[in-house]
Amino acid sequence: MEDYSNYPLQLDATDRPMVRFQNVTKRYGALTVLDNLNLDVAEGEMISIIGPSGSGKTTVLRMLMLERIQGGVIYVDGTPLTHEAKGGKLVEASERYLRKAREPIGMCFQHFNLFPHFTALQNCMEGPVQVLGLSKKEARERSEELLEMVGMIDKKDQHPSRLSGGQQQRVAIARALAMRPKVMLLDEVTSALDPEVIGEVTEVIKKLVKEHNLTIMMVTHQMGFAADISDRVCFFYGGRIEEQGPPKELFGNPQKERTQQFLSAVKSAD
Amino acid sequence: MFDWKWDFTFEILPRLGWATLNTLIAAGGGYAIAIVLGLALALAQRSPYRALTLVVREAVEFIRSTPLVLQIFFVFYVGPQFGIRLSPWTSGMIAIGLHYSAYLSEVYRGGIESVPKGQWEACRSLSMSTSDTYFRIIIPQALPPALAGMGNYLVGIFKDTPMLSVIGVAELMHAANAIGSEHYRFLEPYTLVGIIFLAISLPSAGLIRTFEAWVRKRLGMS
Ligand SMILES: Nc1ncnc2c1ncn2[C@@H]1O[C@H](COP(=O)(O)OP(=O)(O)O)[C@@H](O)[C@H]1O
Ligand SMILES: [Mg+2]
Repeated sequence: MEDYSNYPLQLDATDRPMVRFQNVTKRYGALTVLDNLNLDVAEGEMISIIGPSGSGKTTVLRMLMLERIQGGVIYVDGTPLTHEAKGGKLVEASERYLRKAREPIGMCFQHFNLFPHFTALQNCMEGPVQVLGLSKKEARERSEELLEMVGMIDKKDQHPSRLSGGQQQRVAIARALAMRPKVMLLDEVTSALDPEVIGEVTEVIKKLVKEHNLTIMMVTHQMGFAADISDRVCFFYGGRIEEQGPPKELFGNPQKERTQQFLSAVKSAD
Repeated sequence: MFDWKWDFTFEILPRLGWATLNTLIAAGGGYAIAIVLGLALALAQRSPYRALTLVVREAVEFIRSTPLVLQIFFVFYVGPQFGIRLSPWTSGMIAIGLHYSAYLSEVYRGGIESVPKGQWEACRSLSMSTSDTYFRIIIPQALPPALAGMGNYLVGIFKDTPMLSVIGVAELMHAANAIGSEHYRFLEPYTLVGIIFLAISLPSAGLIRTFEAWVRKRLGMS
């Protein structure tokens, strides 16, 4: 059993990143996928996560939203996410606590995962109405505004099966935003798209970065896009951050051999 | 060839008509129990409480591997020893409902498992409660693939209602038996019972398919 007495119950106001991974370990059975990971993401920061397939990029995002960890603590906005304070000590979070603690986090997936039996508008309204308790009217206004923002207002009454991949992904972004998240997780949101519609999704993400004060963690294979809009790029290798830095430095002058190899392999594949 | 008596046939028709109604009520009542209880069993088998999951799984297995007629006798004749005294109608519908709930729970389980994992993850990413996740997102999508199986068991339950005659429920088979022994004629009542079952069972497969298509369309999933 890990001793959690060294972890603060609440992060100090002077040292409060929006997201903090502190000594986080994630295992699937005997396989250690994340190995003692430490990572801070500042409020309003946009970080891109790159790296070879299987290096644990998706897992980093999933720890915030979908799965439990086997070691360490994750904090969001200064409060522990994976653990809760009981009797002055951190213990593993209950399902109830987790659900509440994850509310300020939004996520978009490679395969969109829209609800097929709902229209675009209903997809966006579901969370605000059922989870946040907004009235239908408020939720509709909020959702229509966001569908407008992602350029999908004309299709608001269509079911996902009638929409292209790019359109579905834009609706999925609006759906996540309708919960007014502080942190947005994007896991290869353009990987399942035809090349000619990737642009419409990246445009929306650029808009997000510019117009909303969101903290964004984005896993991507599009190096050019990552270089364009990130404040920082993290290169993952074998469940660890091998190298990180501002895009100019990481792409322009990578220090580690593995980073150099990866980047030149990606470049020659393009 | 046969000694078929038309006047006798017409004489017993109204009585069999009423019995048909009883059969439909018994099947419908049993099915209603099975639909609700089956869902509860399916959800219990997916609950995070391991003990509950285990007990329910064993119970379902037990019900599926013992004959319906035994279960009917059990509820009706053994129930009173535990102070549960039920009418033939109530015992019959409970027994048949319980029996079919075990089968329906498997149909539901299959339907639920056919919903892509990404749907669960989307629900989580919106912090939806477990009940909203099931009732608003997962079950509506699990329904269309489950409908064919649910329809088969509806026909199955209908065809099994004659077993309720053993405890004296006045359904079709019971009525036909009674008519037969009152008049010493079995040809007409039994033939009519067969025709009535056929007339109701045959079109139902088509109706179920139509209903399935309609549900898919309603859910925008076609
Ligand atoms: N549910 C799981 N069960 C077992 N192993 C898993 C599971 N999910 C991911 N993994 C393993 O974890 C490692 C990292 O996966 P992932 O984070 O998806 O990599 P990436 O997104 O960088 O391609 C891989 O070796 C993968 O096989
Ligand atoms: Mg991945």
